[in-house]
Amino acid sequence: MAMVLYLLRRSMTMALTLLAISALVFIVIKLPPGDYLTNQIDELRSQGDASAVAKAEFLRQQYGLDRPVWEQYLAWVGVWPGPNGMSGLLQGDWGWSFEFQRPVNEVVGSALGLTILVNIATVIFIHFVAIPIAIYSATRQYSFGDYAATLVGYIGLATPNFLLALILLFYLNRWFGVSIGGMMDPQYANAPMSMAKAQSIAAHLVVPVIVIGLSGTAAMIRRMRANLLDELQKQYTVTARAKGMKPLPALLKYPFRMALNPFVADIGNLLPHLVSGSVLVSLVLSLPTVGPVLLQALKQQDQYLAGFILMFVAVLTVFGMLVSDLLLAVLDPRIRFGKR
Amino acid sequence: MTPPPSASSAITHDALAPGHYVNPAPFDAYTAEAMSAAEERFYRASSIKLIWWKFRRHRLALASAIFLLLVYLMLPFVEVVAPYRLAQRHADHLSAPPQGVHLFHEGEFVGPFVYPYSFRFNLDTFKREYIVDRTKPQPLRFFCRGESYDFWGITTGNFHLVCPPKDGTFFLVGTDKLGRDLFSRIIYGARISMTVGLLGIAVSFIIGLTLGGLAGYMGGWVDATVQRMIEVLRSLPELPLWLALSAAVPANWSPVLVFFAITIILGLLDWPGLARAVRSKLLSLREEDFVRAAELMGASRTRIIAHHLVPNFMSHLIASATLSIPSMILGETALSFLGLGLRPPVTSWGVLLNEAQNLAAVNLYPWLLAPMVPVILVVLAFNFMGDGLRDAADPYS
Repeated sequence: MAMVLYLLRRSMTMALTLLAISALVFIVIKLPPGDYLTNQIDELRSQGDASAVAKAEFLRQQYGLDRPVWEQYLAWVGVWPGPNGMSGLLQGDWGWSFEFQRPVNEVVGSALGLTILVNIATVIFIHFVAIPIAIYSATRQYSFGDYAATLVGYIGLATPNFLLALILLFYLNRWFGVSIGGMMDPQYANAPMSMAKAQSIAAHLVVPVIVIGLSGTAAMIRRMRANLLDELQKQYTVTARAKGMKPLPALLKYPFRMALNPFVADIGNLLPHLVSGSVLVSLVLSLPTVGPVLLQALKQQDQYLAGFILMFVAVLTVFGMLVSDLLLAVLDPRIRFGKR
Repeated sequence: MTPPPSASSAITHDALAPGHYVNPAPFDAYTAEAMSAAEERFYRASSIKLIWWKFRRHRLALASAIFLLLVYLMLPFVEVVAPYRLAQRHADHLSAPPQGVHLFHEGEFVGPFVYPYSFRFNLDTFKREYIVDRTKPQPLRFFCRGESYDFWGITTGNFHLVCPPKDGTFFLVGTDKLGRDLFSRIIYGARISMTVGLLGIAVSFIIGLTLGGLAGYMGGWVDATVQRMIEVLRSLPELPLWLALSAAVPANWSPVLVFFAITIILGLLDWPGLARAVRSKLLSLREEDFVRAAELMGASRTRIIAHHLVPNFMSHLIASATLSIPSMILGETALSFLGLGLRPPVTSWGVLLNEAQNLAAVNLYPWLLAPMVPVILVVLAFNFMGDGLRDAADPYS
């Protein structure tokens, strides 16, 4: 019951946060002076193309760009009747891409799945790598392995991921002649999903996931190691050992579970950075995620496309934070019952 | 049977607890709590001194701090450090590879010198080829008069730390496709890249201190509003927003305006962490006795915040600010790399890397990746120094 209440409360805050974010995103995409159509109309007018001007004017009306800004915003969200009635983000109509002359759904459809795939794969990678290394480092403090892990962690934390991607792209191409760019080998591009295609995608996923996840992994190792070292000094651990518990269960059953708490809480902080990183690294490695589409949309002032992608990455992080909070609530009853 | 309190109590006490020894000498607080000279020094030192002593023990942090200090000291004098001017073109040396610096010519010590190379267009492979002439060593000149430059718009100079040999060239990391010396451009680029971080952090520091201070001290609805703002901003991925904001910078702005716009954009999204730290510190510190004392003595709110509270956590703030400078430097580099940040003729490391975006170009001219090296070094140094500062920020723990 407490869990359900917690879930409800948490979902409410998430909805409010998303509302605030949508307003922010809308302001941001409206910031550039003019819009795609105004620019186009200006261009056409200078060429003296009257019929095209009429068409662009028609489009402006069609997409409500002649309305006041607040009306445009509400129509975009989908709580105010726009030119086509109630049809906005909430109704699943993500707007029109002026540049591609197609609905946003069609432009970014396939990129969304890949973006989610890359990010989830990175989160999984971070955990699978960070937890064992952290346990090793903490239990063998000041050993050679610990120092090595700390050093690698330091470097991983400080190396900018898009530069790392650039370096890897360059050297892998030069030494092995493999192109790590793209999401799959070219021959699968339009092929239906098959085992071979899935394998190709997985192979191309390795480098981006490592590149995006490296700094996160390093941060996680440091945090987990510090937490675990704190717990290992506490008396209950000593007691467990004194009672003759085997080392591994004595580690995993008590101190590890305690150390896991702040670790899980940190996923929420990590996610915005991961998503940021995935956008940038996708641009360098030309992965067909939303990253390259966003850059192009921003450069062309394709406002609804850019707005939708910004909204999408925000939803991705906010939803990820929700999941991490829920996990934390499962782990820690104090949070579930609203006490600190 | 308690013995009556009398002059003989010391004796009875002895009798009650055999083997218990009490020093008969009179108790003197000054001798009992006397400290060694080193302890004395520690307790009397100001907190700045304590922080410095603690920071000094981090070798890596100290080395990083010295490195950064040197880089910042170099910034006003880049004209002197760089062998060539920023936009100086060498039409005979387009996309020339790095010229190695040698010490020995045919087994003989000559001192630092370079071999000249000349350009040939290979008609079979359609590649530019540079033929190195290994017969003529050309010694580099140091502390010399070379290319003249405009120094701060005040005066013209021609003094350089290192100059190309007479009638020769010195391209330490090669040239770009317009024949501009990449090494000089990297040195000039440091000016922009290194100041972007500082200006950006100044912006976020001011916003963070103000909003965090208001939230922590006023409480109530102000606190609630600021908290929500922090939550919203923290749950947004930074980079896409940076991209969107810098795409909104009008294309017809002058490069200087664009530079300031970019620094403000970088600082605008970074304050939540600082504001949160300020708020939590204020909340915990305002319960302290010394704040109550100041209040009772009639100090105003602003005085309490500025004179009693802020100095208490300033060191923490500076440490965490240092840790967010690298993300700003990287942010600028990423934005310019993608073509949304600074634009030529403003030269930053990101602008230089923009040319390395094309894999084909990088494959032919790998030295275009060179601006990456200073970026990584500076970011590493800031991280190490920030870590050291953070550990040293609380010298009493």
